[in-house]
Amino acid sequence: MSLKEDKIMLSHGSGGRMMHQLIEELFVKNFKNSILEEQTDAAILQVGSTEIAFTTDSFVIDPLFFPGGNIGKLAVCGTVNDLAVSGAEPLYLSVSFILEEGFSMRELELIVESLAAEAKNAGVQIVTGDTKVVNKGKCDKLFINTAGIGRMKHENRSIARAQNIHPGDLILINGTIGDHGIAVMNARESFQFKASIESDCACLNRLIAEVLEKASVKFMRDPTRGGVATVLNELADKIHFGIEIEESALPVNKGVMAMCEVLGFDPLHVANEGKVILVVGVEEGEMILEILKNNPLGTQSAIIGRVVEDHPGKVVLKNETGGRRIIDSLSGDQLPRIC
Amino acid sequence: MKYIDEYRKKDLILSLAEKLRQVSKREIVLMEVCGGHTMAIHRFGLTSLLPPTIRLISGPGCPVCVSSQQFIDTAMAYSKIPGVIITTYGDLIRVPGSSTSLEKERANGSDVRIVYSVLESLEIAREHPDKRVVFLGIGFETTAPLTAAAILQAQKEQIPNFFVLSAHKIMPPVMKALVAEGVKIDGFIAPGHVSAITGTAIYNDLVTVCGLGVVISGFEPVDMMQSVLMLTEQIESGQPAVEVQYQRVVQKDGNLIAQKILEEVFEFRDDTWRGLGMIPKSGLGIRESLSAFDAERQFTVEVPASTEPKGCICGQILRGLKTPVECPLFAKKCTPSDPVGACMVSGEGTCATYFKYRS
Repeated sequence: MSLKEDKIMLSHGSGGRMMHQLIEELFVKNFKNSILEEQTDAAILQVGSTEIAFTTDSFVIDPLFFPGGNIGKLAVCGTVNDLAVSGAEPLYLSVSFILEEGFSMRELELIVESLAAEAKNAGVQIVTGDTKVVNKGKCDKLFINTAGIGRMKHENRSIARAQNIHPGDLILINGTIGDHGIAVMNARESFQFKASIESDCACLNRLIAEVLEKASVKFMRDPTRGGVATVLNELADKIHFGIEIEESALPVNKGVMAMCEVLGFDPLHVANEGKVILVVGVEEGEMILEILKNNPLGTQSAIIGRVVEDHPGKVVLKNETGGRRIIDSLSGDQLPRIC
Repeated sequence: MKYIDEYRKKDLILSLAEKLRQVSKREIVLMEVCGGHTMAIHRFGLTSLLPPTIRLISGPGCPVCVSSQQFIDTAMAYSKIPGVIITTYGDLIRVPGSSTSLEKERANGSDVRIVYSVLESLEIAREHPDKRVVFLGIGFETTAPLTAAAILQAQKEQIPNFFVLSAHKIMPPVMKALVAEGVKIDGFIAPGHVSAITGTAIYNDLVTVCGLGVVISGFEPVDMMQSVLMLTEQIESGQPAVEVQYQRVVQKDGNLIAQKILEEVFEFRDDTWRGLGMIPKSGLGIRESLSAFDAERQFTVEVPASTEPKGCICGQILRGLKTPVECPLFAKKCTPSDPVGACMVSGEGTCATYFKYRS
């Protein structure tokens, strides 16, 4: 066992390098198989003559309710999006609850109603589940685990694998970055910022289906934990080309920007729950941008960068004054600055 | 965004760069002593806009980086005392001490909590009267008044379980120490938020005794370029002075209320800076009259003499003698995810900044 730490630390779960290392050196190493090794958001399985996408996710968010959503809505969106960005049509979900003794029945009802409403909205059915209650103090109010199954269209099979990407391809996103992470943090901590920042939490399957109907996409991923920076770094690493991002093209809400300035955060590292990064051929870029912009979940879509031959494996951000800097994955939790 | 956009205007930055090229004749070295300035210089790629005659170096301006290993080890020792809650600003939890870090101690069962403000520590103390809450006070004249205010509040409310381990430091003595040590510096870019508290007079000695100019600067690219220009003009004309570039925030006399609170709670004491050693009267210790809130007086722990990590050149980097790329560990054995020295931990540390903005 080559893992350096002898205890699990919070950084092992923050979507950055330490988590990556844990997955590689413990989970993948032990569970070794060709499907897992693809390490896509959803596993693609051949069942008879049908291909299905299969994914799982757990939700442990604090607070359970935040501007723009709650843990129930988040559970559906997170699972549906993992299937959708893999190019699959989401169909069925499972939902399991781990409940803390003493948790409010009213709050549970609200969360379950949200789950149902969001599932209906996304066109998926919740078809199985499980319930466990643990002693008070053994979990924090409520944890949710989900699994999701979707139908894979064969022509979308290459999307998750990022196989056909070449220098010149464009990188798009369907709107502002960092809203979810900052909204949740603002709700959790007692900053008393008056900014009305809402989580972008949304199911993207219909938006993505619309794009895939009319155009071809070379790669998609939802930039959740670890933010846009982490997704782009994983992509650059995989395709052995460089990625160049224009700082001025990045859509960021004013409130999010202000809070990031105050706390010393980089919005590129902040989580999103209703965003998808797309890599598309240069000839289709403008057309796909139009499709995205005409959808309510994509009005602020933008072309934020491109794939380049230079600096293979690295993501470089260009600012307006000509400065260039490497954008790394997050190496642990993002920490607020001191002064 | 107001106060941001107008100070990031490309045209303005480029015209300041052009003016600098006209004004600058001599080869000069300017030191900034604030992590925020280090960040701004690299984030906005300002060095590439400067004429070759001007070299910027980073000094000991990151509060996490200058905190001594002894301080980290002491905090770690407190964290192992049953019933103690350690509260700290975020960056500090990853700083490696002699053998471990607060982050690792937390995984081992210590109660270590990140707070955004010292007032949250007070709240934790109120909520847990059965526990002893220790706040790790780090930072310069900017954060020290907040710690001081919290101590006074704890005294007023008679909160007996709130303590501060102070590693607060002040800026001018270390700047003078660097000059006395012979580090080649032609002028200082001074942190705007320090002077927002202290006013401008704290740097007068640097002009009268050391003959060096000081420009108190804001943190946006236009601020930084203008400050470099102001310092360059001082040096070219041979007229060093204390000038304020950051006029939208800094007043000559500073924040008198904050100064009064500082005076009431803290007294100057000799203090150890990481990599720089002991600097006389450079730290802020809690006054005897408030010893009930002073963790150092209220807790007895044994902390073995600390050793600096092998191969780490944080000390020379903090003195501006070397840049991170000259360190054999930089970006190899020492990275933000696995830091060897403190300068790689804090987001405003010189090594972390070089790592983040390397290209």
